[in-house]
Amino acid sequence: MMQLEYFLILAAALFCVGIYGLVTSRNVIRVLMSIELMLNAVNLNLMAFSNYLDPAEIKGQVFAVFVITIAAAEAAVGLAIVLSIYRNRDTVDMEQFNLLKW
Amino acid sequence: MNLAEGVQIVSLGILGVLMLASALGVVLLSNIVYSAFLLAMVFASISGLYILLNAGFVAAAQILVYVGAVNILILFGIMLVNKREDFQPVANAWIGKAATAAVCAGLFALLSSMVLATPWHLSSAIPAGEAAIEVIGQHFFSDFLLPFELASVLLLMALVGAIILARREYVPDEEPENEQKVLTLRERPRELVAAASNDLQND
Repeated sequence: MMQLEYFLILAAALFCVGIYGLVTSRNVIRVLMSIELMLNAVNLNLMAFSNYLDPAEIKGQVFAVFVITIAAAEAAVGLAIVLSIYRNRDTVDMEQFNLLKW
Repeated sequence: MNLAEGVQIVSLGILGVLMLASALGVVLLSNIVYSAFLLAMVFASISGLYILLNAGFVAAAQILVYVGAVNILILFGIMLVNKREDFQPVANAWIGKAATAAVCAGLFALLSSMVLATPWHLSSAIPAGEAAIEVIGQHFFSDFLLPFELASVLLLMALVGAIILARREYVPDEEPENEQKVLTLRERPRELVAAASNDLQND
C-alpha cells in the first residue's frame, strides 16, 4: 500500500509530456503551456512528498505555493514577451524567431 | 482495504488518467484553442489530486491561480496573436520528434525505475489535516518570511515588466506639441485609429 509511488510516477509522466511539448512545438503559446505542465508536475511531486514524508510540517505545501506564485509571474512576463515578438516578426512560429541565431 | 482506501485508489486512477490524457491533448492537438481548454482540465485534475493529498488550501490556490488567472491569460494571449498560419514544413522534422519522444520515454523509464527502487521512509507523524492552513501561515511568517516578501516584490516586478514589455513601442521623432503634465507611458498610436482618421479625411 504505497500510494506515494503512484503520485511520483504520474508526476514523472506529466513532466515528460511537458518536455516533449516544449521541444517539438512550433507555436510559442503552446511552448508556454508546456512550461506550465512541467511546473505542475514539479508541484505534484512536492505535494506528494509533503503528504507522505513530512505530514506534520508540510513544508512541501509552502514550496508549492511559492512555485504557483512564480509560475503566475512567469506566465505574465512570457506572454508579454510573446506579444512583443509577434509585433516585430508578425508570426508565432518558433522556427522563425532566429534573431539570435549564429 | 477499507472503503475509503478503495475510493481513494479509484479517484486517483480517474484523475490520473484524465490528467495525462488532457496533457497529451495539450501537446498533440493542432488547434491551439482546444489545447488551452484542455490545459484548464489538466489544472483541475491536479487540483483534485491535491485534495487526495490532504491539501485543501493548495488545491483552492491551484484552481484560483491556474484556472482563474494563468489559463485565462493564455486564452487572451491566443486571442491577441490570433493568426491562422500554416507553418513552413521543416525538412526531416520527424527525426527531431522521434528523438525527442525517445528521450522523453527514456527519462520516464529512468525516473519511474528510480521511484520504484528507492526505499521511501514514510513518516508516521500525525498529519496536520484541517490545521494545514494554519501551519502554512506560520511557515510564511516565521522561517519562510524572506522568500515570502521576495515573492511579493517579484510579483510587483513581473506586473510592471509585463506592462512595459507588452505596450506598443514609442517612436521618439514625433514629439507631441502640447506636453501633458500627467505622467503617462507614451506609446505609438494604434494603426486602427490612424486608418480610421485617414478615411474620415478622405471623405
